[in-house]
Amino acid sequence: MRFSEIRDHLSQFRVGIAGAGGLGSNCAISLARSGVGTLVLSDFDVIEPANLNRQYYFASQIGMLKTVALKENITRINPDITVLAHTERLDSKNIPEIYAGCHVMVEAFDRDDMKEMLIETVLTTMPGIPVIVGSGLAGWGNSEAIRYRKIDDTIYICGDETTVAGEDLPPMAPRVGMVANMQANTVIEILMKRTRDYFHL
Amino acid sequence: MKILLNNREEEFNADAMSIKEMLELKKFSFRMRIIKVNGRLIPKDKYESTYIHDGDNVLMIYLMSGG
Repeated sequence: MRFSEIRDHLSQFRVGIAGAGGLGSNCAISLARSGVGTLVLSDFDVIEPANLNRQYYFASQIGMLKTVALKENITRINPDITVLAHTERLDSKNIPEIYAGCHVMVEAFDRDDMKEMLIETVLTTMPGIPVIVGSGLAGWGNSEAIRYRKIDDTIYICGDETTVAGEDLPPMAPRVGMVANMQANTVIEILMKRTRDYFHL
Repeated sequence: MKILLNNREEEFNADAMSIKEMLELKKFSFRMRIIKVNGRLIPKDKYESTYIHDGDNVLMIYLMSGG
């Protein structure tokens, strides 16, 4: 299959990304480069200097809302992508509204309790929509521990499922980028299996 | 009873037990997790009232901070 055909196929889909930090920003950029038609982003944070060790932002964007900066960066790379950006704090009530119509969800939060909330909410309120989870990416090295696991048709896990980010084990660009791109790769794998019939069901 | 826990057979000395009891018994420590029993998501507030029985397929996913 040629890339132009892949891109045309992917352009029909809408992907939701919850969080625009290390996982969300890098995953969004890969999906945009691949041609996924619509990306729905949410994050209420502004860019801080400490984010630049792994997140897809520039020093000149410090202080900007992450969603606004990410939309700008995506558009600079691929102006054909539609980016819908939300800045409210996500909770179990607004997730189904904000991400309505998304074909796949990417869990891209930092905190474990937010990850849990998002997955529970998607599984209970958005039946049949797969959620791609990032879990375990802190530190450096240990590349072989990072893996992909399909739990069932609705949950996919990317990460080492072991490391917990903290002061002495910070998340850093290489491993965060690996997991974020593994999530993007999983999204593309799922969407490439969706045929034209999918839209006429 | 025998159950499948993360695709491995586990035997417990009881006919049934709540998810909360199983977590305590197995000393699973991480706070944030997703649990599915026979493919059905069990929300956190149902850990005490949901019982596992012989032959059940229990999947547990831990969620690690970092992103």
